[in-house]
Amino acid sequence: MLDLAQYHSLGEALQAALDRWPEQICLIEADRERENARFTYRQFKEIALPLSAAMQEAGLSPGTRAAILMTNQSKWLISAYAVFFSGGVLVPLDYKLPAEDHQKLLAHSEAEFLVAEYHLWRAISKEKNFGQIAVRAVIVTDAPPNADLAGAQRWEDFGRGATLAAKFVPRERKDTASIVYSSGTGGRPKGCVLTHDNYLEQAAAVAPVFPFWPGARYLSIIPTNHAIDFMGGFIMPFTGGGTVVHLRTLRPEFIREAFTRYGIAYMAVVPLILKSLQRGLNEKFDALPTRKRRVLNVLIAVNRSLTRNKPRLGLSRRLLKDIHAAFGGKLQALLVGGAFTEPATIEFFHDLGIPIYNGYGCTEACTAITINDQRPFRPDTVGGAVRGMEIRILSPGEGGVGEVAVRSKTVMSHYLNDPEMTVETIVDGWLITGDLGRLDRSGHLQLFGRKKNMIVTEEGKNIYPEDIENAFDGMAVKEYCVFAANYLWPARTMVGEQLVLVVHLEPGKEATAALAEEISQRNRRLLNYKRVSGYLVWERDFPLTASLKIKRGELAAQIREAVDGESVISL
Amino acid sequence: MDDLQKTTDEILELAAKHFNVPRTQLTPDDDFFKKLGINSLQALDLLTRLEQHFHIELPDYELQGVSDFRTLAERIQSRL
Repeated sequence: MLDLAQYHSLGEALQAALDRWPEQICLIEADRERENARFTYRQFKEIALPLSAAMQEAGLSPGTRAAILMTNQSKWLISAYAVFFSGGVLVPLDYKLPAEDHQKLLAHSEAEFLVAEYHLWRAISKEKNFGQIAVRAVIVTDAPPNADLAGAQRWEDFGRGATLAAKFVPRERKDTASIVYSSGTGGRPKGCVLTHDNYLEQAAAVAPVFPFWPGARYLSIIPTNHAIDFMGGFIMPFTGGGTVVHLRTLRPEFIREAFTRYGIAYMAVVPLILKSLQRGLNEKFDALPTRKRRVLNVLIAVNRSLTRNKPRLGLSRRLLKDIHAAFGGKLQALLVGGAFTEPATIEFFHDLGIPIYNGYGCTEACTAITINDQRPFRPDTVGGAVRGMEIRILSPGEGGVGEVAVRSKTVMSHYLNDPEMTVETIVDGWLITGDLGRLDRSGHLQLFGRKKNMIVTEEGKNIYPEDIENAFDGMAVKEYCVFAANYLWPARTMVGEQLVLVVHLEPGKEATAALAEEISQRNRRLLNYKRVSGYLVWERDFPLTASLKIKRGELAAQIREAVDGESVISL
Repeated sequence: MDDLQKTTDEILELAAKHFNVPRTQLTPDDDFFKKLGINSLQALDLLTRLEQHFHIELPDYELQGVSDFRTLAERIQSRL
């Protein structure tokens, strides 16, 4: 691991990494069972520098914004380094957004360069406002031989066009490194302006928890434009001499294969993926003959009791050999973030001896605010503050719960072109997260949902819908969500507030008496003041963000528009 | 029956079977996320089944922005 304190910019730190481990593999790119490419740090540099030189010749100067619009692949990281080397500002765009949004964000960010995969660029070029795009140079990857490039240049040709060697452009810590759009925008682009200092401080703070070393491999599946993968799948492994493995397909079967083929040490996931892995394992366990299943249960119980206070990977790998072999046998940890993860899911993996490091963070704080380091195992929390992070609970109420505010060198500079939202969000140096939580005696943060969607009971207790959703986990419905009735249908009263469970049934299924009974039963397991008062059968898909979180505000708005409180079936 | 129509029919047949939805409930212009009640991971799974059926390879990005059976059929047809 490089000592990041001595570097002034991401470009400088990455440059040092490329020189420090020239013969180590930094990137492996695979497509299904085929390996497309493998680069050493030296080769990475040899490809990136001509690209950077060509960018300089095309007018990229210090501070010029360059957007990247690609799925996870080696050219993403090579292009990003080329931008940093020339002192440019990176604008990573979410490839899952529709082309219309890409256009809007290109305009909002005032990006002058764009590096994009051909199919994404093609979609943009077919949008009706294409003529208004003000990007100076577009470089496309993966374009078929005779493709109409709509004014773009091929990535492969662009770098060859440079006549001079690239000149490294130094930046200072306070300079902008990137502009990252965070999700949950509700139509108003939130461009988080992050400095080199933000990133270098974040990397230094997280490194002790997730150390990389030459040979340690990270499987990159969360989009690289997302703060988690940008740190976990680029800055962290590179500044530690590790390897990033990219897959060109995200089909579960190929992800599973990659674990064993490449001996993965870390993978970051969102809860949806983690739950899909959990389901897959459960199906395998259920298919075991009774006796084997019993033996497995005993081994899991033994492992659980021996790893309560800290992970003991060597021991777990011996005890639960087959399971660990399926994960490649080198797995250090699965990192889960991006959304609230149910404690039961974290516990499931922990019991198998696969450490799950759940955390809490946001783009505005340059990724991680807390990380659960498993010493001891506390699935009910998101862990303690990462190094250098101060956490304050604003106006703590019942049980010490209040709005979470954080202060750290990793907090973004501002929202791009939005001074109003910036002053609402960063107050006296504190980032106001909009999330509710409390700190326990050991400094672990527990989260209780968002500020607005909540109720206060007649006993004066604050109840947060996300806190009780676990009770309905595993129900035979497609998806569900709990809302404060007052949030769905705002009432000018604080008396008699209630919670409503919204269920979206599996296709072709109907709301039966059995379902009502199941909801009742589960509801009864909750403490009385936490129970939902009724349920609503909703027939449309829940709106999800690109990182697969439920867009609660949007869902609430859809429900509000379509039905009123009369549609709630009382329990 | 032309080729595209045949491909579309085969996709509907396969999707109905795989996700346990009556074939008669599916039409080419349906949004398959909604009609089959699937998420993005399950849609990738459908893509894998279609590849096996048609003996082709479909990059994940072919599904980008596609949500109806007809467009999916066109994407597949162009690779047959």
